[in-house]
Amino acid sequence: MLSDQVQKEIRGELEHYPTPRAACIEALKIVQKHERWVSDEALQEVAALIGIAAAELEGVATFYNLIYRQPVGEHVILLCDSVSCWLTGCEKIRSGLRERLGVDYGQTTADGRYTLLPMACLGNCDHAPSLMIDEDLHQDLTPEALDGILEEVE
Amino acid sequence: MRIRILVDGKSFGVKQGDNLLHACLSNGLDLPYFCWHPLLGSVGSCRQCAVKSYDSEDDQEGRMVMACMESATQGCRISIDDPEAVRFRAQVIEWLMVNHPHDCAVCDEGGECHLQDMTVMTGHDHRRYRFTKSTHRNQDLGPFINHEMNRCITCYRCVRFYRDYAGGEDLNAFGAHDRMYFGRQSDGTLESPFSGNLVEVCPTGVFTDKTFKAHYTRKWDLQTSPSVCVHCSLGCNTLLGERYGEVRRVLNRYNADVNGYLLCDRGRFGYDFVNSEQRIREPHGRQAGAAAGEDLDQEAVLERCASLLKTDNSLVGIGSPRASLEANFALRELVGADHFYSGISAQEYELEGAVLKALREGPVRTPSLREVESADAVLLLGEDPTDSAPMLALALRQSVRQQPLREAMKAGIPQWHDSAVRGMIQDRKGPLFVATPVATALDDIATEALRAAPDDVARLGLAVAHVIDPQAPAVGGLAAAAQALAKRIAAALLSAERPLVVSGTACGSTVVIQAAAAVATALSVARAQTEVDPPLLFLTLSECNSLGLALLNPKPLAQLLKSGGKGVGGTAVVLENDLFRRAPAEQVDALLEGRSLVVLDHVPHATTERAHLVLPAATFAESSGTLVNNEGRAQQFHAALAPAAAIRPSWSWLRGAHAAARPLEAPPVSLEDLRNACAAATPELAEVWTPAATAEQTQTLRYAEEKVPRASFRASGRTAMHAHLNVHEPSPPADADSALAFTMEGFSSPDGQLIPSYWAPGWNSVQALNKFQSEIGGEQRGGDPGVRLIEPRAAGPSCYPDAAPAAYAARDGEWLVLALPRIFGGEELSNGSPALQERTPEARLVLHAEDGRALGLEDGDEVEVSAPGCSLRLPVTLLDDAVPGVAMLPLGIPGKGYLALPLRASIRRAPA
Repeated sequence: MLSDQVQKEIRGELEHYPTPRAACIEALKIVQKHERWVSDEALQEVAALIGIAAAELEGVATFYNLIYRQPVGEHVILLCDSVSCWLTGCEKIRSGLRERLGVDYGQTTADGRYTLLPMACLGNCDHAPSLMIDEDLHQDLTPEALDGILEEVE
Repeated sequence: MRIRILVDGKSFGVKQGDNLLHACLSNGLDLPYFCWHPLLGSVGSCRQCAVKSYDSEDDQEGRMVMACMESATQGCRISIDDPEAVRFRAQVIEWLMVNHPHDCAVCDEGGECHLQDMTVMTGHDHRRYRFTKSTHRNQDLGPFINHEMNRCITCYRCVRFYRDYAGGEDLNAFGAHDRMYFGRQSDGTLESPFSGNLVEVCPTGVFTDKTFKAHYTRKWDLQTSPSVCVHCSLGCNTLLGERYGEVRRVLNRYNADVNGYLLCDRGRFGYDFVNSEQRIREPHGRQAGAAAGEDLDQEAVLERCASLLKTDNSLVGIGSPRASLEANFALRELVGADHFYSGISAQEYELEGAVLKALREGPVRTPSLREVESADAVLLLGEDPTDSAPMLALALRQSVRQQPLREAMKAGIPQWHDSAVRGMIQDRKGPLFVATPVATALDDIATEALRAAPDDVARLGLAVAHVIDPQAPAVGGLAAAAQALAKRIAAALLSAERPLVVSGTACGSTVVIQAAAAVATALSVARAQTEVDPPLLFLTLSECNSLGLALLNPKPLAQLLKSGGKGVGGTAVVLENDLFRRAPAEQVDALLEGRSLVVLDHVPHATTERAHLVLPAATFAESSGTLVNNEGRAQQFHAALAPAAAIRPSWSWLRGAHAAARPLEAPPVSLEDLRNACAAATPELAEVWTPAATAEQTQTLRYAEEKVPRASFRASGRTAMHAHLNVHEPSPPADADSALAFTMEGFSSPDGQLIPSYWAPGWNSVQALNKFQSEIGGEQRGGDPGVRLIEPRAAGPSCYPDAAPAAYAARDGEWLVLALPRIFGGEELSNGSPALQERTPEARLVLHAEDGRALGLEDGDEVEVSAPGCSLRLPVTLLDDAVPGVAMLPLGIPGKGYLALPLRASIRRAPA
């Protein structure tokens, strides 16, 4: 069941568009902001709220890889694996994270704290390799720097 | 306009404005493609139809273009065979095939797969991809469609058909790049009544026919024949496939004027009644007074028939709207025109009368379904065709695109450029006005949808007619809102290029049909002095040969029943009909009392149970014959299999019985002779069914004295099929009734009417159809099947009723109960198919939500419906989008018998 707050925010978003279906991405983001991910039930309810078919909303939800249709941890780590980061050693960062957290791409730590995902590009090539944890960008990474970054999050 | 283009140095004539792929295929050239489909247009996404295009004679380099995305222009030069283009296409298919499982040997599409054909055509035969293929979980999509997502090549045709063309909402594309998935949001039945077309639209084996899977046979092992659908009045053309005496599947048969490339799910999956265990397969006799009977052999049955018929020189015959024209005619010959009665209810007879009057006497033309698609303003009165004539609803979904499409074409976008056209049109729709007693499946595309009782629907129609032509009767006391709506409708119809009015017998109201005819007449009066196209009037009927039966001028069954059969003989012959569905049981009982009853049918029912002699009739799948659709188009169907020994086509039984009883009067005849006699005796057939025209259907002269084989030349196991009974190969059954043969040998390249399946070298899938059309999407080579029998009179007396009906007034404690057609469960024959039974929803009475609340009802509660001669108990569905004081009762509830709908009834909550 969508919380009153989520419903209220989605309704507010609907006001901004001439056609309700235009608000569907924002609506999914609102759900994700509050619930961390979009469950099947939430998807059905958002579709009903917007007035479009669930299949149509699912098409949008699954198209964007930053709309999570599976549960994620409290913090999502997006590690850039695009060309510049790859050239400057993002694979080392990946193994660094694997050593420290015990998870690889698409996995969540057993304590539910972190989910690690690959990211096509963070647009931060001049400071490659880089990663993003929640809203914070971390750049010019080395495996050693990861300890400090993770501590900061804790 | 025709222009010429150069393909690999050769000159070809093409239609200006067609895309190059269309132009190449129309000229019989092999150019591979996936995402393009003649119905769906071009999106240029699969990159498979790449060709080299050259700017001039001097251009040696050329550039790669997608043939489906370029217009053909005068003198343009392209190359299909250019090595770079050839290499490019092979590469494209290689990457499309990267994740394909190569499971052709166990795939239902194997051997008739567009992907196989195109792969072979491009020459890609070596897989270089060495990595893990992406795999998917399949969904359960209900009883019709099997899902095997791993085979997908992401051409998007399924969603483009299902969503864009057919208006379905529960199928979509999910994910992105390597994870693309086509299916539903979650497992469940595909809801669109046109979902079966995915089987043919999908170029590979992702969506396949689940009913076919249950008794699967490879395409080349099927014995196939051209047939006509028997499950509604539209007469869509089908191809029946048979193996081991069982009908295995139904595929679309192309008819540019009728169903084009598509079928509805009732037509595609309703065939299984032919294979039913319940069918009548042996002649059965019961002595008068005896409770049980006995199976009879052929000799005994004709003897008994003769003795029943001989002793009586005034027989009574009751025809059938679901039996062929020939069978009905043979019955009329047997009993005499004076004793030949139509086997339809009194209400139906009246409704049909109104339709016939409009067709025969009105000044307006009945369009084909193809013409319905191109209508650009529509008024729909009384019924939801999605349930009564589904393919009409699909055609109307295309007609609302016409006006916006014109804007796109004005902007210079070719009509085939689907993505650009849709981008420009967005959600805009042309005018479609709907006035019905209950919500329809077309409301989502309707400009305005009015809910009203039939009399008020008729009043609205007449008000529209009066606005258009003041000669039409004025409607007194019309509410201001309705008057304003009538003006808006009139304006939309008047300003359209090809306005269309739609109604039919499913609305259950003659005044509505008359009102529809009046609007069309008014339009034709208003447009008579102008250059614009005349308006169109499309009226649906109830059954596959309703119109054919009516052409034989039967007397009304009600007249016979009212008189209790006084003055007619002691033997009644009933043709493929259950009288207890057509009239109140006590009336039928009174007629049958003391009479001998001979019934010809293939499905058992209350009437066959009462018969003294039951003759096992062939279904449409085992016989040849003619059906006349609602448009007045006479179309032939041909047997896919020879009937079992004891079964004969109805016309043959009737003729045999006639000959046995009165040999001098009825010498044995062929089907062709019978057709000629029928044509000579029927004014509407006389002109078009000349002896030469009928001969073409049954004789082989056209094909160098050879018959057309129903089996493919690759059919396997012919010598082994009966080996467990006899090692000697039996001679194939003879078929004197058509120019087709139950063999592999013969003239295998027929055209037009007699094409038993679509196949051409290199083209094993249904898309081999390309090779059978004079132009892609146009007429079939040799002409489209069927002839139109009824054309409008040049100038007739006006079709206006004398006055408008009074407005509907709801009475306290009384409801007007109307018939509610249903696509699944609403038709007698398809009800016998297990797949359709699974889709048949529980029969519920539809009530307006307010009425329900007043009765203290909630959705699903049981109610009692009582009226004189009627008492029913069933659950309710409460709808806001309905009319207070009006209740809708689903048609064809098994075991509920006959109901004289519409009727006035009281409704109350059923005691627990």
